[in-house]
Amino acid sequence: MVAPAKKPYRVIGSRPVRPDGTDKVTGRANYGSDIRLPGMLYGRVLRSPHAHARIVRIDPSKALAHPGVKAVITQADFPAAEDVITDLGETASNLKWLVDNVLASDRALYHGHAVAAVAATDPHVAEDALGLIEVEYEPLDPVLSVHEAMAEAAPRIHPHMHTVEMLARFSPGPRSEHDIPNAASHLRLEIGDLEQGFAEAEIVIEREYETGTAHQGYIEPHNGTALWNESGELTVWLSTQGPFMMRDQLARMLKLPVSKIRVIPMEIGGGFGGKIPMYMEPMAAALSRKTGRPVKMIMQRDEVLLGTGPTSATYVRVKLGARRDGTLTAAEAYLAYEAGAYPGSPVGAGGMCMFSPYSIPHQRADCYDVIVNKPKVSAYRAPGAPAGAFAMESALDELAEQLDIDPLELRQRNAAVDGTRRIDGAAFRSIGNEAVMRAAEESPHWNSELQGENRGRGIAMGYWGNGGLESSAYATVNRDGTVGLVLGSVDIGGQRAALAMQIAETLGIDYEQVKPIVVDTDSIGYTAVTGGSRTTFASGWAVHEAGLEIRRELEARAARIWEVDAALVHYDDDGVIRGPEDRSLSFAEIAGQLHRTGGTVQGKADVMPEGTGPAFACHIVDVEVDPDTAKVEVLRYTAIQDVGTAIHPDYVEGQIQGGAVQGVGMALTEEYVYDDEGRLRNASLLDYRMPTTLDVPQIETILVEEPNPGHPYGVRGVGEVPIVPPLAAIANAIHQATGVRPRTLPASPRVLLEEMLPEA
Amino acid sequence: MSSRIIVSAEINGEPTEFLADERDSLLEALRDRLGLMGTKEGCNNGNCGACAVLLDGRLVNACLVMAAEVDGAQLTTVEGLAREDRLVPVQETFLERGALQCGICTPGFLVAAHALLQEHPRPTEEQVRYWLAGNLCRCTGYDKIITAVLDAADRTDVASG
Ligand code: FES
Ligand code: FES
Repeated sequence: MVAPAKKPYRVIGSRPVRPDGTDKVTGRANYGSDIRLPGMLYGRVLRSPHAHARIVRIDPSKALAHPGVKAVITQADFPAAEDVITDLGETASNLKWLVDNVLASDRALYHGHAVAAVAATDPHVAEDALGLIEVEYEPLDPVLSVHEAMAEAAPRIHPHMHTVEMLARFSPGPRSEHDIPNAASHLRLEIGDLEQGFAEAEIVIEREYETGTAHQGYIEPHNGTALWNESGELTVWLSTQGPFMMRDQLARMLKLPVSKIRVIPMEIGGGFGGKIPMYMEPMAAALSRKTGRPVKMIMQRDEVLLGTGPTSATYVRVKLGARRDGTLTAAEAYLAYEAGAYPGSPVGAGGMCMFSPYSIPHQRADCYDVIVNKPKVSAYRAPGAPAGAFAMESALDELAEQLDIDPLELRQRNAAVDGTRRIDGAAFRSIGNEAVMRAAEESPHWNSELQGENRGRGIAMGYWGNGGLESSAYATVNRDGTVGLVLGSVDIGGQRAALAMQIAETLGIDYEQVKPIVVDTDSIGYTAVTGGSRTTFASGWAVHEAGLEIRRELEARAARIWEVDAALVHYDDDGVIRGPEDRSLSFAEIAGQLHRTGGTVQGKADVMPEGTGPAFACHIVDVEVDPDTAKVEVLRYTAIQDVGTAIHPDYVEGQIQGGAVQGVGMALTEEYVYDDEGRLRNASLLDYRMPTTLDVPQIETILVEEPNPGHPYGVRGVGEVPIVPPLAAIANAIHQATGVRPRTLPASPRVLLEEMLPEA
Repeated sequence: MSSRIIVSAEINGEPTEFLADERDSLLEALRDRLGLMGTKEGCNNGNCGACAVLLDGRLVNACLVMAAEVDGAQLTTVEGLAREDRLVPVQETFLERGALQCGICTPGFLVAAHALLQEHPRPTEEQVRYWLAGNLCRCTGYDKIITAVLDAADRTDVASG
């Protein structure tokens, strides 16, 4: 355990240009879809037009007869999959479900479910070939909401599934005594004695909330290019958050040893949790094996919306008990999250996070993972937390109103502090929750006056736990006094910079002296996904340790050069090695002498750090609601967050701004629209409405820095929590502006107007 | 098999002739036929701006233009913004302001912002937001992009004045 004193850093906290920047502003950076290989074929995927259907027959003969078409595959081209729970970083899943999700077996379980894939010499030919594959479907009734799915007489999407009782998040237990149709699992989180908590309450409120299906919305579609060569070695180039996780998934699905698979991560155009599961990569591999040629596959945008992502539509009921002075005595929640066609919604995180900003002695959350005929959900930035927080923070706002207490003050009175127990029983250590609330209270935004009609201000908190997991890094000292930094973590938004800065700090050298590079799965130790807000934290630990190893080795080298006892030599934080009699060597000087004192010096580290620091955020938003059209305009937005230590403040602010705007999208415009047959009607970026430059103002950020004692530089994950508060902050602002409480999101004009119009 | 056509155009100042499939969009021709991978595909139907290029000085989405249409035209892609080893101001300010995270939207934003600054050298924030409304960015929330474009305007002004 390191106790990071708040010391002035040399590099950390500055805002240097990122190492990969020039290539990314000149169009030279190579993303997954930029790969071109000799003899390359182009693959495309045929998808189910039905939300639920038996696949009676697939006949590829016409497609195969088409000039330029080289191969067609279905699930039958893959080895049969066993049932094994597999860890996906931010969610868990079963291999059989993963495989069925890649390509349907005997039934298509959602509109857009992949049923076959084709490889051809040209992208247009591949597209033509899709229309020539004949598939006979027998449509079945789709199940399209948690309410339908859990009803007594609901059709069971997986006929043999029985509700499992979870022992803890990610830890399945026995079959539940209460089997509920289509509920894959039930998790109960609980502390204290709920009955006692409500008995102590002087006021109780209970409300229901719903959110729609939303997609991560990364601008780069999924892509994957595979070459399975004649010696059985598979190479895959792609955009992924987790090259090693992809290798694991491919190994299991293709029944190959990991040593036969090399995953080469290209630059990645956004992920937000959605670029972790495999989709087309195994198809590209199988097509490559069949044709003996490299196969490149890129999804079209409608396929991204139909076949990947999204996050769960949710139903959450929350009940709060409090005393008249605002002290919360009890909190209870029932959460049902759509998993999509296969189990694995982040409902446990919803139950885990929603009450965490508060000290409440008696809490319970019942969390249900519910199968519906929609795409299988995948992780999306603080998976599961936004919907839970929407419910809790909206209900708190109502409680504040009923008790006539300022909504921020109500939160401050109940704030979780060090030692407070969360719903999973663990106690917080070194959290910045109160500091965040104080910063909100003192912020220019909170202290400004909101003037004008139809305007309102909302506030909400958010909590996220952040991740640790495995990271690997090597650092090599070059003769010219620079350091080559080899990373297993994919750079999705400035991680090369944030990691180079940390090792520069450790070595006391300039940031510009560090040359980071991201490498493939054959070139470094296992490194978990860039996700879970873990990279700057865990890979930061790795580069720090690699730096410490270099310091030790350079001390030994200096001792050898000076012919003194190594104990008399010290590597100082300014990057100068000092010895007896005022001897000293700068980093650059000793680097130039390494080849004469025993050769290259390398530091390596493989870490799996504990001591992640949880993140808290408070968002304040002003909106104006058009009384005639119910269109909501976001006028002003401030995001306050405990970031531990901001390594590169630009990218920390950028994470907060980006997360907040995704939350604004969830709150106001983003939603999957299905027809009665379960067909997605808005699978385009025109109709799936993500915020544009015109939909949001500048996002003000206030960085609170309560260093995480579990990290040498006090880093906490920052990327995920900013998407947690916006939903409720906006709903609360809309209420103040209109008197209407949005309990269903997105608060589209259609939904809002109905409530705003006086009843006829 | 569809037929191939010969297209000649001036691309980033270079007279260029290439063979395109008659169904190729300009985006497909740039990427798949010419290997100019800087222009990105986000949606392939005009909704994201990742494929923005200048066609005879006009800002267009390359996925909505047929390759055959550009015969005889002048094209500027992101690869053609920097000249003689020097980034244009908006490329510099994107770097200095951390205006990209994943960077996939960046080429489109840069081309669009470059066109904006040619037409309105001193835009207001409002103008920048209107001009860039056809470009989606999912990572940044736009804040630092807007700042970078406004900064570039200041810099262009100083440089030319
Ligand atoms: S790819 Fe052309 S606008 Fe999206
Ligand atoms: S930086 Fe990733 S989409 Fe804009």
